[in-house]
Order: sequence, then structure tokens, then C-alpha cells
Amino acid sequence: MNGGMVIIGAGECGGRAALALRDLGYAGPVTLIGDEPHLPYERPPLSKDAMVADAPAVKAIAGEADLADKAITHLRPVTVASVDRAAKLVKLADGSELAYEKLLFATGSTPRKLPMPGLGRRCVYLRTFDDALAIRRHLRPQSRIAVVGGGFIGLELAASARRLGADVAVIEAQPRILMRGVPAEIAAVVHAAHEAHGAKILCGAGIAAIDDDGQKVQLTLADGRVIDADLAVIGIGAEPNTRLAEAAGLRIENGIAVDAMLHTADPAIFAAGDCCSFPLAVYGGRRVRLEAWRNAQEQGALAARNMLGHEEPVSAVPWFWSDQYELTMQIAGLSDEANSSIRRDIGENAFILFHLAGDGRLVAASGIGPDTAVARDIRLAEMLIAKGARLAPAALASPEVKLKRLLAG
Amino acid sequence: MSEWIEACGADDVDEEDVIRFDHAGHTFAIYRSPDDEYFATDGLCTHEQVHLSGGLVIDDIIECPKHNGRFNYKTGEAKGAPVCVNLKTYPVKVEGGKVLIQVG
Repeated sequence: MNGGMVIIGAGECGGRAALALRDLGYAGPVTLIGDEPHLPYERPPLSKDAMVADAPAVKAIAGEADLADKAITHLRPVTVASVDRAAKLVKLADGSELAYEKLLFATGSTPRKLPMPGLGRRCVYLRTFDDALAIRRHLRPQSRIAVVGGGFIGLELAASARRLGADVAVIEAQPRILMRGVPAEIAAVVHAAHEAHGAKILCGAGIAAIDDDGQKVQLTLADGRVIDADLAVIGIGAEPNTRLAEAAGLRIENGIAVDAMLHTADPAIFAAGDCCSFPLAVYGGRRVRLEAWRNAQEQGALAARNMLGHEEPVSAVPWFWSDQYELTMQIAGLSDEANSSIRRDIGENAFILFHLAGDGRLVAASGIGPDTAVARDIRLAEMLIAKGARLAPAALASPEVKLKRLLAG
Repeated sequence: MSEWIEACGADDVDEEDVIRFDHAGHTFAIYRSPDDEYFATDGLCTHEQVHLSGGLVIDDIIECPKHNGRFNYKTGEAKGAPVCVNLKTYPVKVEGGKVLIQVG
């Protein structure tokens, strides 16, 4: 039965793909398979606004009525058991089968597990709305929250926990927070903001032992310090969900390997979002995998176009953001492509680092400041990066030189 | 009852740019297009209540500074994910070097 377009994964990427298929005029069956009980929803608020709300609610990408209007069948909560590529069938855990004409893996990623013994009920991860609700119940004045990992999710959660009055300690094994993808100069601003708001940040702090008795958890650091907490939230990265694709014989290379059009080697199967690795044209086809909301959104829409035969390559510049306290960080591009940086101050409390490759090309820009202070210039930088612009360092450094003018030039 | 209120001076907005204007507890965004016309919309993005005045104007489009939702500021039309609700627009006229918008 069925046929048409089947999407495995009903998060940002899968949800956007389903909506885009209809926006593009596709009239056949569209089936969206999600393993959560909720409507497709936005994940970014889970560590931020939803975490501090009095009554957290899912921020749905599409409501029941939208899905019904667009004749999108949303199966939930449903687990996929396997994909039979020869028969073009998706086999569900309940034994039923779903035929497909084109299949999209939008299976997302799963929090990386802390590989040590001693974890129990008071050691949790944050990925889903239900995870967020479970954490939310522990955030109140004087509750003690240990955050393992000083990356985006851990730090956002730490900021939300402080807003609700909890005692917070962030434990980071690396010498500084935000080691992956964020320049030290910006990480230092974030670090200072956490300390100013009363969160403890412990860097270079390996964990030697965890003792979780189901009511509280004790973390013993390698240097002998002991952190007692009511809850430990672990945010040490994410792994792509590739199990189904791998079992179906598709190539895995830090995610489901796809080409620039998001095709796998099977012409009927595509992958998009957190679960896939793809060649990024703006950096000469370097293969990357991105865990980012906008990427999930854009690749979901692009996969829909290409499932309908548009054959458009990924052209976007990666873009990331984080909100912590009153600060917003925005990053366009991948700064590890660069070997020098130029700083532009925007007012007193905000700045952008422009990251240049050896040949002078602008390859990334990282900004931080209150509210949306850096947003416009980061957006313009993104367009300059897409153009492969080579710009005079003096112009980049000077706030008087408008980036919009450089873009036109 | 509708009334015309003075939002800003015509020179307060650069070409292809936007500024914020608050009046009677409401926030507006005032735009000047690349062809030197003026427009007004509600000041907050319909996705997450972010001030659009921090966003980038390119041609007919204002892009939200937070999550890149796009609107046509001349018509208020939402131009795709993550925004799906249109932006309310207001009539605008320029008189004596002042930008006036009609509210209410």
C-alpha cells in the first residue's frame, strides 16, 4: 500500500521536507514517520525558552490541521525496523510495511553517551521535548545541577538553570568551553557571562567517577574535587542516527554519505540534516556533517526539491547560533578553514571576528553581543563568504565601512 | 479610529534599511526601500517576537535577525520557514520631511 514519498524522522528536517513537497505541488502520498508522540516541533527552544517557561509546550512546525490540509500522514510514535531497498519498502516495528517511491532519511542525531560506569536515573541527556520536561522538573532555586560538557546545549541549559535559580556547575574536559567551532576570544566572553551570573565553569576537568543512587549524583573529578548534584545533564556532542541506513547497505561516512544533491548511492533514497555528511561546495567540496537547526531546515526543503527531480546542489554557508543570558552568538561558516582573524567592534559590548584563509578569502565570521547586535553583519558576512570575497583587512576591522557596501563592490 | 502619527524623519532611515518606532505600547518597523519609498509593519517577527529592526533589508525583503524568517515588508507576506504568519502592514505617507503612519 501507500507509495509516494516517505520520510523517516519527523523533526525540523523531516517536517520541513514534508511541507515543502506539498508547497512544490507534489500530489501523491506523503508519509512522515516520527518516533516521538508529538507533532513535528522546533528543538532549539528546548534548552532555552521552553526550559524556563512555566508551562513548557512544543513549538510545532505544523499543527494537526496543517498536516490534514496538506494530506501529510504523520505516523507517531512509530519506530522503523528496517528498509528493504530491493522491494522499496519501509518495515515498521509493528510488522506493517510501507511502500515508497522516494525515501528520505531525516533521522537526526542522538546525544553521545558518556562512556563510563555509574550513570543512573539522575544522569540525563537533552534531545527531545520529553527530555526537556524531565530536566525542567529539577530546575528550581537551590537545586544543584551538574552540566557535563561546555558546548552549546550544555551552556544554554546552564544559563536556563541559573535563570530559574538553580546552582550550576559546568564540567568541561577541554582546556576551555566551546572548543569545537567557536574562537577562544568569543568563548571567553561566554565564560565570563556564566561566571557573572553565578554559574561555576570548571575547565580541564576530567571525570574520574560517577555515583548515581537514583536520588542524587556525585561526580568525582580527576583532580579529586567532588561535585554533588540533584541532576547531571550530559551534553558531550551527538552521533548521527545511521543504523537503519547502514543496515540497508548504504555508505556511512560520519553520517549517511550523500552527494551535493543529498542523494545516497541508491537513486530512490536521500538523506538530509544532522544524520548525513555531504560535500560543501563553498569549501571546495570538503565533506561535513552539521548539527544545526537552519541546516536541517534548508536541507529538508532541498531534499524535497531533489526528490521531485530538481537536482539542486547544497549551496548554503553553515550558520549556527546560541542564546545564553542576554548574549547571542552567531557564526557563519567554518572557522577551522581560516588561519587569521580580524576583529570589528560593534558598539561597546559586541564584536565580530572575520576569519580569513591564507589566500585572503573570507571563510567564516563569528560574532557575540547582546540581543541581535551582531545579526546583520553576520548575515552580510555569510553572503560575502558565499561569494568567496577577498576583502581588505582594514575595511573589515573598521565599523565605519559598511559590509553591505563591500557586498555590492 | 485611525489616525496618522509621526514615526520619524525621512532622513532617519537609510535607503534599503529599517528602524524601530514605538508608539502607545506598540512596536513598529519603518522601512525605506532601495527605490526610496517608505513602508511600515508591525515591529516584531511573527515567529518568536524578535525586533525586526535589527534585521537586514535587501530589496523588498526584511529578514529577522534571530532565525532568518523573511517577509516582504511592502505586503507583509511571510516568505517561508520558519515564519508562516504574515506581518501586519500600515499605510505610510511622507510630508514635510516626516514619515507618518496610519494606525488604529
